[in-house]
Amino acid sequence: MKLALGPLLYYWPRQETLAFYNRIATSPVDTVYLGETVCSRRHELRLDDWIGLACDLAAAGKEVVLATQSLIESESDLKTLRQITGQGDFRVEANDMGAVRLLEANQVADWVAGPTLNVFNPQTLELLMAAGARRWVAAPEISGADLAAVRAGLAAPIETEVYAYGRLPLAFSARCFTARHFNLQKDACEFRCLSVEDGIVLRTREGEPFLTLNGIQTQSARVHNLLADLPGLAGRAEVLRVSPQGAHTLDILTLFRAALDAKLTPVAALEASRDYMPEAPCNGFWHGRPGVEQYVAA
Amino acid sequence: MAPAPRIELVCPAGSLPALKTAIDHGADTVYLGFKDATNARNFTGLNFDPPRLREGIAYAHARGRKVLLALNTFPQAANWADWTAAVDRAAEFGVDAVIMADAGLMAYAAKRHPKLRLHLSVQGSATSYEAINYYHERFGVRRAVLPRVLSLAQVENVISRTPVEIEVFGFGGLCVMVEGRCALSAYATGESPNCQGACSPGEWVRWEETPQGMETRLNGILIDRFTPGERTGYPTLCKGRFEVNGETYYAIEEPTSLNTLELLPEIARIGVRALKIEGRQRSPAYVAQVTKVWRAAIDSLQAGPERFKVAPAWMAELNKVSEGQSHTLGAYHRPWK
Repeated sequence: MKLALGPLLYYWPRQETLAFYNRIATSPVDTVYLGETVCSRRHELRLDDWIGLACDLAAAGKEVVLATQSLIESESDLKTLRQITGQGDFRVEANDMGAVRLLEANQVADWVAGPTLNVFNPQTLELLMAAGARRWVAAPEISGADLAAVRAGLAAPIETEVYAYGRLPLAFSARCFTARHFNLQKDACEFRCLSVEDGIVLRTREGEPFLTLNGIQTQSARVHNLLADLPGLAGRAEVLRVSPQGAHTLDILTLFRAALDAKLTPVAALEASRDYMPEAPCNGFWHGRPGVEQYVAA
Repeated sequence: MAPAPRIELVCPAGSLPALKTAIDHGADTVYLGFKDATNARNFTGLNFDPPRLREGIAYAHARGRKVLLALNTFPQAANWADWTAAVDRAAEFGVDAVIMADAGLMAYAAKRHPKLRLHLSVQGSATSYEAINYYHERFGVRRAVLPRVLSLAQVENVISRTPVEIEVFGFGGLCVMVEGRCALSAYATGESPNCQGACSPGEWVRWEETPQGMETRLNGILIDRFTPGERTGYPTLCKGRFEVNGETYYAIEEPTSLNTLELLPEIARIGVRALKIEGRQRSPAYVAQVTKVWRAAIDSLQAGPERFKVAPAWMAELNKVSEGQSHTLGAYHRPWK
């Protein structure tokens, strides 16, 4: 089982971002996804900077994948998308069908079908495979059983990646909820995302953490954590994705590696991870239940 | 310059009475769904069984109007055959087009029923001409419904770069999230618009009178609390009041409706082909009121674009049926973002 670090979903100051990936270079991760996938206004790192990081991480022996923006709105978004899908040095994760069209037009035959492509059945996945997809990152809302059914329906297998750790990316919007919180318009947002390394927690009026505001993206407040579910992942996934968070990302990666190498039991790994999570865990989606639930098999 | 073709008014039909009402009040086209999870308004008491669909199509076609069938959820590996059977039925019944989101299902429809007209659903999340043209080149999609995320200038740019007709939402309940990219309901309840065709579904809703006021919950999660005398609203989870950094407010979106009436001349000028009214879950009375106003507005625009003015009575009528009795221009108007 390979371990992947998903794209950074938050917006951190440039030096912190560079320092973070510098540490990742020596971490027990096999694959690193790079690039801005959430908001086109975020520019602490430009595409050239991401490509520079990609070169460094590749030199450190990591597989590097450049991820495309999930919500494409403007011509300038498309310009960046064309640059990413047009470069030939690194694999690309396609996060909307515009990216798929461009990759297919460029006859790229080794790309990654990202988690926002809405693949729920083998027929759709086979279309993407025919267009050059060689890895599929399942949407976090797919259950383990449904994922197995998709794989079982394929004429030929595809490497499958599962979102195994991190706050769940649940929704995208044209509206920026961080700017809204500060009574700012998106076009004049003062880049407030820079001041919150893990987004802003939204609570119910009973004080229960429910969601996380991350610019135009809404995440869960709870941390989707499949450490205790590793036995059920075997045979259903070849790659596990850990999503970066403000603190302890390396500790989490280390726990996953130890559990995968059977140096820790899955349940012990989950227990150890509690110190490193910004909020309580959940795993409902994997078990075909509401995503917010923490499901423990009886 | 030749006048632009008249904008097609596309109205919701959650039931046969709503369909007839829409057509009687001037809809050019109605859209509807089967009574199951193959469409994104899979609510108890809504939608069409086969005999009613036949009757509805006959009613519309006898009056020269069109019927679009929404098959716009994503089939799962285990229930794939239910969706393909729905496509076959749509073709057999002679609907004027099917509205779809799933690429695999579109491939099936294009291959099995090459004469069946395909529209790309808003649930397909295609926000750029690159994405829309993918569906056009692959499956011959003829029309795309745009997610409610683009400004009018961005819509105009899309139209100039695609041969696919563009349909936009003109009025009704407002999804603030990109359609097809929202798992909020799945997170709270396990049921999503993408797969089960339902958002914040009724069986998970609890209304509770408490000493603090009326509380609305979704699978136990407090979505809102209303003081006595305050107008209560359905707990659609993105339209609740939550606490962020100690401040309680509509953190995602107010309960409000999209209303683009004042943008209608601009929508027509940039070449939007069809305008969609949201609300298959709403009553025939809603359908009558909204269809009547939009028919009058579109006819008035057609009669003389330079003289077009939004009649105060139209606004008053629409505000009466708006969620929260208020409205917004949504993403079409950039400052909303």
